[in-house]
Amino acid sequence: MIDWANWAIETAKRRGATYADVRVMDIRHRDISTKNGEVGTLSESESLGIGIRVIAAGAWGFSSTDRLTREGVQTCAAEAVAIAQASALAKHEDVALAPEASYVDTWQNPFLKDPFRIPVERQIDLLLSADKEMRRVKGVTVAESSMSFCRIEQLFASSAGSAIHQIKMQSGAGIVATAFSGNEIQKRSYPNSFGGQHVLAGYELVESLDLVSHAQRVAEEAVALHSAAQCPEGQRTIILDGSQLGLQIHESIGHPIELDRVLGMEANFAGMSFLTTEKLRKLKYGSDIVNVVADARLEHGSGLGTFAYDDEGVPAQCTPIITNGLFTGYLSSRETASAIGEKRSNGTMRCESWNRLPMIRMTNISINPGTWKYDDLIADTDDAILMETNRSWSIDDRRYHFQFSTEIGWEIKGGKKGRMLKNPSYSGITTEFWNSCDAICSRDHWTLWGTPNCGKGQPQQTMGTGHGASPARFRNVKLGAAFAK
Amino acid sequence: MTPARRRKAGTISRRANALSNVRGRAPLDPRLDLEALAERVIQLSEADETEVEIHIGANALTRFANNTIHQNVAEQTLGISVRAVVDGRTARASTNKTDDESLRRVVASAAQLAHNQPENPDLLPMLGAQKYQKVARFSGATSAATPTIRARAVTKVCQMAEKTKQTAAGIFASGSAHSIMANSKGFFAKYEQTRAEFSVTILEENSSGWAKATSFEIREIDPEALAESASAKAAGSRRPRELDPGHYTAILEPAAVLDLLGFLFYDFAGTAVRDKLSCFTGRMGKKLFGENITLWDDVYHPSQLGQSFDGEGVPRQKVLLVDRGVPKNLVYSRASAKKMKAKPTGHGLGLPNEHGEAPINLVWGGGDKSVGEMVASTERGVLVTRLWYIREVDPYNKILTGMTRDGTFLVENGRVTGGIRNFRFNQSVIEMLSNVEMLGPAVRSSGEESFDMVVPAMKVRNFHFSEVTKF
Repeated sequence: MIDWANWAIETAKRRGATYADVRVMDIRHRDISTKNGEVGTLSESESLGIGIRVIAAGAWGFSSTDRLTREGVQTCAAEAVAIAQASALAKHEDVALAPEASYVDTWQNPFLKDPFRIPVERQIDLLLSADKEMRRVKGVTVAESSMSFCRIEQLFASSAGSAIHQIKMQSGAGIVATAFSGNEIQKRSYPNSFGGQHVLAGYELVESLDLVSHAQRVAEEAVALHSAAQCPEGQRTIILDGSQLGLQIHESIGHPIELDRVLGMEANFAGMSFLTTEKLRKLKYGSDIVNVVADARLEHGSGLGTFAYDDEGVPAQCTPIITNGLFTGYLSSRETASAIGEKRSNGTMRCESWNRLPMIRMTNISINPGTWKYDDLIADTDDAILMETNRSWSIDDRRYHFQFSTEIGWEIKGGKKGRMLKNPSYSGITTEFWNSCDAICSRDHWTLWGTPNCGKGQPQQTMGTGHGASPARFRNVKLGAAFAK
Repeated sequence: MTPARRRKAGTISRRANALSNVRGRAPLDPRLDLEALAERVIQLSEADETEVEIHIGANALTRFANNTIHQNVAEQTLGISVRAVVDGRTARASTNKTDDESLRRVVASAAQLAHNQPENPDLLPMLGAQKYQKVARFSGATSAATPTIRARAVTKVCQMAEKTKQTAAGIFASGSAHSIMANSKGFFAKYEQTRAEFSVTILEENSSGWAKATSFEIREIDPEALAESASAKAAGSRRPRELDPGHYTAILEPAAVLDLLGFLFYDFAGTAVRDKLSCFTGRMGKKLFGENITLWDDVYHPSQLGQSFDGEGVPRQKVLLVDRGVPKNLVYSRASAKKMKAKPTGHGLGLPNEHGEAPINLVWGGGDKSVGEMVASTERGVLVTRLWYIREVDPYNKILTGMTRDGTFLVENGRVTGGIRNFRFNQSVIEMLSNVEMLGPAVRSSGEESFDMVVPAMKVRNFHFSEVTKF
């Protein structure tokens, strides 16, 4: 890998680049799914290539190739420089980067069992067992299960002297039961929607989820939803489970704090942000108990946003995003940090693959645990709706107005969990919602959830992000707009 | 954006766009004779049956914001995907490496994966040689577009924005690709395509406008005209008023219609109906939409792109999906056709998969009314340029939620009277297609939430805008 990187950097410099960095990435996937007792997807893939990013004539250029001969790499590097020179036709000022030291390092996330060494037949057997348990429940029309594994080995090298080798092993698994009846389709997922739970780990994740023992409950709830009452409309107290709160954080905190979005760089596609720069350290984002961090360090947890260095060679950091309710930090790159006068990038540049440019992406954007035990929170709540497991999600292009629905709801009356409710949904304005948070459960109930399918950029890149969350309570939230006539 | 909606749908769309090629500039990878490479892969395989797909592509994209280019990227890619059948079982393995050792490994990996699973009773033998209708979707000009050509066009657009004291953001992309598909039973097919795309958002302090076009022919794309249209929308929606949410007559431009109707595509899959995941379950052959709604899937339509064979190698057919408001036909893979006593329609996805098939070349019937005529005939309504972050709330009643974006206007007494703050909608597509009062001509259109299609503007009564945002 280091030879390819050196060929690229030397060629770029010779052609006039004032800065160059490269990512050599070797990516391996295994995907398995079942549906109604049969294997659906069963595939493996591998992809190896190099992406070369340069600054020449004061502007950016990027090119990538999987032709890893000396000629192929040098041609690609020369093209990156030519592209930068074309970019300079429309430049207003030279690209400026916040300073960063160079690093030579090696890192790998810890895992116990390499999922690619676990026999495929054992993995299929597990999924088919869960599938069978779901289909035992009368009324289930589709039972689905899946596993996915990804190993990324990558080398980052730069003209400033960095050479950083990292290996990430990612695993994910989940099950879904769907029931059609009358004029409704209802479903339940475990442990989460979007293919279940996904983290940086080995096959031990799959074993810990114990998919088979949850299959019957998931299936029974999917069927039972058909006879449940409709979730009411109106202003109510809600309690969100940790997985739904994780997605709420993703959409209404994680995206608006992306500094490229704030500075207009995503205006044509992903959109902009209401968090304009004058709001930094001034906006009351949430109530006093809301504390949110962007933390890519391993000590935060082994999530989809965990690494040792980002994809422009900046070490993983923990950035306070919301501190006692106050908005205190953005996600930045070396270029955007420089643009707003910050001394250093906080290390959030990530790319999907060797053929994509790194861009600002969420790392692990997590809400710090509160003090409540879950049972105490329920007991303390007189009248509310408990909502679990995301079903649909939407937010405007500046991240003000959102609407979510979940797979299932439960009535809370007089401090007790009561009847099941179907089609729960809620909506609101981001800052009003976070300021209405009055209780967050403790570390005992906190999970670092993985969102494996975050889309951003042109060409679009899909990235995994992490969101630590525990159940939390919100007051005076609008319910039911999704189904209102 | 996030999380990406229906990942499988995105995969289908990207695959359709990726099936393309090269001519007019140097070959993507001069080392490669794709036919010989496919032959080599098949020779190396000891499986009962072997299928190989090879794609090569060269794509470039110039991205601008704040009236300057801030990203400018290019890629050269190769993909070799092998499907093996062993004892009535099948699996797939892929690589981007072409040396003999890697080819041996990918072939062995596909066979090993296939071997390690239960027998699949639905698996059909691979196809032999087939005949296809040729489609010509390759442009030398698109293939030969350089970073400088794209940068000059972008520079003009940025200069236009500066003159009008506006801010431009967008992309100008071009690319080419070539693909072949072959198997050990003598099947062989190939396809080449180019693709160009320009999209632009013009921003003012409190308003914005948007326009987008795609084509296989870069010379058919006029960046300056698109920028002028977006600029006029931004200027026309300055200082937007806040309107109460409610039910309004909505005039939806083609991109807005496309992004809504794209959510129906998988509902037309035979597998979706068989699994009771489709909104057409129990509704086929019954009047569901207005008399003025007709829909085909037609890869051969002159405004469509894509290859004329599916992921199994079956020739694609033109299928009438909705006939004057009645859902009439579904699309089928070979396996779903056998299970459902129908004929394959050439819409199967590459095997193995659990989804079966999908129509990805939708062509909606149009009318003869212009957007101007729709506005002129409306006493009070909302004109929508584009929609954003659309998600499914209720899959059987097909209720979708999402936001308006980049040019939302109030129409009063037959005139556009100004911009309004963006609405959230919660609207059943089934009800919407029963409430269409006027249709524009069907044109090739492009959004950001669905794949390109041929679709008209629509005037829809009683469209449900449920809440309003702050801009």
